[in-house]
Amino acid sequence: MDLNTITTVAHPQTRAQLPAWTAGDAWLAGGTWLFSEPQVHLKRLIDLTDLKWPALTITDSHLSVAATCTVAQLDGLACPPDWLAAPLIGQCCRAFLASFKIWKTATVGGNLCMSLPAGPMISLTAALDGVCTIWKAGGGEQTIPVVDFVTGNQRNRLTQGDLIRQIDIPIAALKRRTAFRQISLAPVGRSAALLIGSFDSDGTLALTVTASTVRPIRLSFSKVPDAGTLRDAIAQQITDDLYHTDIHGKPFWRKHMTLRLAEEIRSELLGAPPT
Amino acid sequence: MSFEINGKPFSQEPRAGQCLRTFLRELGHFGVKKGCDAGDCGACTVLIDGEPVHSCLIPAFRAEGRTVTTIEGLGGDHGTHPMQQAFLDAQGFQCGFCTAGMILTCASLNQAQRTDLGTALKGNICRCTGYRAIEDAILGKNNVEESVEPGAAFGRSLPAPAGPDVVRGKARYTFDAAIDGLLHIKLLRSPHAHARIVAIDSSDALSVPGVHAVLTHEDAPSLLISTARHEKDWMDPEDTRILDDVVRFIGQKVAAVVADSEAAAEEACRRLKVDYEILPALIDPENAMAPGAPVLHPDRTPANRIADPQRNLAAETHGEYGDVAAALATSAVTYEATFHSHRVQHAALETHGGLAWLDEAGVLNVRTSTQVPFLTRRALSDIFQLPMDKVRVFCERVGGGFGGKQEMFVEDILALAALRTGRPVKLELTREEQFIATSTRHPMRVHIRAGADADGKLTALQLDVLSNTGAYGNHAGPVMFHSLSESIAVYNCPNKRVDGYAVYTNTVPSGAFRGYGLPQTLIAVEAAIDELAKQLGISPYDMRRLNIVKPGDPMLSPPPSEFHDVLYGSYGLDQCLDLVERAMQADGPQPGLSPEWLIGDGVALTMIDTVPPAGHIADAMIALNRDGGFDLTVGTAEFGNGTSTVHRQIAATTLATTVDRIRLRQSDTAHGGHDTGAYGSAGTFVAGKATHAAAMQLAADLKAAAADAWLCNTESCTLDDEAVVSGVRRMSFVELAKLGRERGQPFASTGNSGGTPRSVGFNVQGFRVAVNKGTGELKILRSVQAADAGIVANPMQCRGQVEGGVAQALGAALYEEMVIDATGRVTNPKFRDYHLPSFADVPHTEVLFAETSDTIGPLGAKSMSESPYNPVAAALGNAIADATGIRFTAPPFKPDRLFPALHDKFG
Repeated sequence: MDLNTITTVAHPQTRAQLPAWTAGDAWLAGGTWLFSEPQVHLKRLIDLTDLKWPALTITDSHLSVAATCTVAQLDGLACPPDWLAAPLIGQCCRAFLASFKIWKTATVGGNLCMSLPAGPMISLTAALDGVCTIWKAGGGEQTIPVVDFVTGNQRNRLTQGDLIRQIDIPIAALKRRTAFRQISLAPVGRSAALLIGSFDSDGTLALTVTASTVRPIRLSFSKVPDAGTLRDAIAQQITDDLYHTDIHGKPFWRKHMTLRLAEEIRSELLGAPPT
Repeated sequence: MSFEINGKPFSQEPRAGQCLRTFLRELGHFGVKKGCDAGDCGACTVLIDGEPVHSCLIPAFRAEGRTVTTIEGLGGDHGTHPMQQAFLDAQGFQCGFCTAGMILTCASLNQAQRTDLGTALKGNICRCTGYRAIEDAILGKNNVEESVEPGAAFGRSLPAPAGPDVVRGKARYTFDAAIDGLLHIKLLRSPHAHARIVAIDSSDALSVPGVHAVLTHEDAPSLLISTARHEKDWMDPEDTRILDDVVRFIGQKVAAVVADSEAAAEEACRRLKVDYEILPALIDPENAMAPGAPVLHPDRTPANRIADPQRNLAAETHGEYGDVAAALATSAVTYEATFHSHRVQHAALETHGGLAWLDEAGVLNVRTSTQVPFLTRRALSDIFQLPMDKVRVFCERVGGGFGGKQEMFVEDILALAALRTGRPVKLELTREEQFIATSTRHPMRVHIRAGADADGKLTALQLDVLSNTGAYGNHAGPVMFHSLSESIAVYNCPNKRVDGYAVYTNTVPSGAFRGYGLPQTLIAVEAAIDELAKQLGISPYDMRRLNIVKPGDPMLSPPPSEFHDVLYGSYGLDQCLDLVERAMQADGPQPGLSPEWLIGDGVALTMIDTVPPAGHIADAMIALNRDGGFDLTVGTAEFGNGTSTVHRQIAATTLATTVDRIRLRQSDTAHGGHDTGAYGSAGTFVAGKATHAAAMQLAADLKAAAADAWLCNTESCTLDDEAVVSGVRRMSFVELAKLGRERGQPFASTGNSGGTPRSVGFNVQGFRVAVNKGTGELKILRSVQAADAGIVANPMQCRGQVEGGVAQALGAALYEEMVIDATGRVTNPKFRDYHLPSFADVPHTEVLFAETSDTIGPLGAKSMSESPYNPVAAALGNAIADATGIRFTAPPFKPDRLFPALHDKFG
């Protein structure tokens, strides 16, 4: 929709050209959320497009995803065959409530900044041990694991004028076996629980719970737990107040779906049918 | 900046925060539609460098240097893209408002996406079709009968006349008109559920550059009205002012700002200083009649047609036949339960709004998105004390209605602003305003008691309804009466009792909605029939056969109606039950589901009077043209209901010609005559009857003229292939037109229908569902609906109406829900939080038609627009009960609602 209070758009090309942050500013990446709701408090958009950050960079140790990388670009990444976790990328992209038409515009960084419980790029990057690099408003950089970056429903560690630059995903994490489960109130609706299990060759299992909880929650096990241990761990570490409630799912149901999907993931990674 | 749009260069500069959608429309590309303006519905889809995007989310400046293709440019030099042709061939649209975005999206799908349309199309909402016809378009199916001989159009699957314009983005909807010097209106809305406006300081608002006027309650006529539009004004209470000094729900309009731009009007709204005296608010309808409850309309009296203002009772009814209590005490089986139906929104993709201006003759013109142009003209004439001939209300094509546009929500403000400023004005509601400030379906609590004897004969039916009409009583009474009428009149039962209360609350008003109260009570009545049948070991179908009314049986619901004009013009309920039972038993593929999925069947039926009571009037005019074709003028509006197609079919059939020879003019008060409006499914049954009468008269006139010329008996003359024929003699319509001109009496005639007597139509819905006891998820394995529409005027279109009704009802039964918090605020006023059925959500429904011919309806036809919606939630509830053994009494039947009871029962 038209953002009628916007009077100017800045187009910086380098970090040095970023204007001093003032009240009424907003970063413009894809704009798919910004332009979807009235923003009457805003006066200026700072367009990140001309910074021309490379969308995806693969180094020896990391896959580096620029904050401005679009969902479609990430979805289109041709992954090496030993990245066993590669299917997660497509699964998480398809977990978007929005369609492929939005993926062309919406960005990975934007999804993190929104910090919605159902943000599938949060699910993906949290499960893959992603680490955010943040350009601090006053200069300098800060790194925060994605799982710690999101602190609640639409809450995160950014302060005024901070900017996510990129998310770095260790190649090692991309080489793990993973299992993905998601449920929503409608066949292609917003995620009400999205769980990802990640199984390392050293036998450790990490379970990342998103969508059903107000923030991503990481459960780690030194070996694949039995069903009861898994259940107890979830009960202990995800207290009832952490389950999200809104029109897309009541907390009682989200809790039980979390338990159910976790067990399905455990069984899949064990190669056994769910108990 | 430079842009290339549909191959043409543009150098205009968009505003800093402007989105591509409005930029394209400002440049004249009206095919780009606004459904939500938030990226959820896909109506604004365009191609950028060949890739589909939602133009409402794209900053306009980002299209610089790129090529943009709108629906108008998709066909290129050839005019029609193959996907546009496919949508024409399949008739993959009804109102057509989503069609531009749908076609652009479908045209860009790759092969992989085409194999999973549920995922590929999740960003495109169609509110009308139920998606089957859209799927047909993508699959390249042709649903249209190509050539129909003269005089044989009725009963054939002919395409909608507007189709070519719809698929090319040329059909003009409400806002698709460019007017020089247009001013824009924005409304300041109340943040309080109940408050008195002490003062409004406009000075700061008026200082915003470009602001022309600020209109408040001090500027508005004080006449009390209802936003509801009915042929008879007495049907609705006088409880509403255009702009009031008391606001009774969050979202009620407080002031209107008229300015050069929407931006200036918005800014001025933000600068209005309103001093409110907060009043206690009533949110919960259960408390409305309690002593001490806040009173919403304390200054009104029953003279304002409010049943009991001091008890917040907008309308009330009580009645009993026989003795229900005594019958229940001696019945072999009884059932009693309370059902709750929630608040849902029409979600027509075109929002309310319009344009208004004064023309050179001093006539106030209002171009608006309405189902009722004539009744709106009458209201504006009353409010502003203008002679009827000084007000013109019209619509071209309307982007969906579903009852929501049987109201006057914007035309009054448009008129006030145009009269005050003397300038053309525009008001276009946002999607959020649709949710918080128009109308919704009436939430109802329905308590039912029912009994049957050991043979299964009903002994007692009792309904107690509490209907929440919200802050104003538009449609409160008629919806409540309707909910208590056909729902039980369809069953023979010696003892019936109803109690109905429609109460005010400080929430967004309820109003007319497809089904008009029946879906809310049917979910209780049809559950009771099933529960009694289950106790007796009788099949749900036989239980219904045993108790339904049959021709000759009185159709009774207490208290006795004052209208005695409902007749069995035809009767197909027995056929509908048979058709559904047979189809549900037919072999089909095994679903192959795990044992966690519980499978069950459900059925529900509905009866509906084919016309609303107390008069529904339509005039039609038809004239023979020089070329032997005809001009047909009707008042009824087209918003996807397909009546434009049917009216041409009726006229062409009656006049032995083809539909392309009938030029239709419609829904414009300037054309003369009267039409109550396109509601209550009256477009075919009432307005079609007027068209039929006009065409019959013209046929008679033509025959008489030929007989006169030939000096033969009129009875020997017939119409055949665009001519009058008698024996070997033949006089073509062209010759007759010439004859008429030479006589100085061109051939023209009128027809009228008064909407009485009325007939009854029937629908039966069957579902097979699977419910996952571990997750609460629900799959629809089979969906069948049989409809008794009399002689089906257009099988393809009628099937579409049924499918669309099922889809919309499934939305309400499974997903859609407006949530109102304790303060009265709608918490989810956007599509991403109000899940409308998308392609993936809607099963195919097998549509079957009973073979009947109505003695009252035009050429044997009956209405069939709203009733397919009615039995859906009830049938689904019955299927879920059959599958799970649990009776769920409050839709929507979402997984998180079903799960707790499933978890309790199955662990």
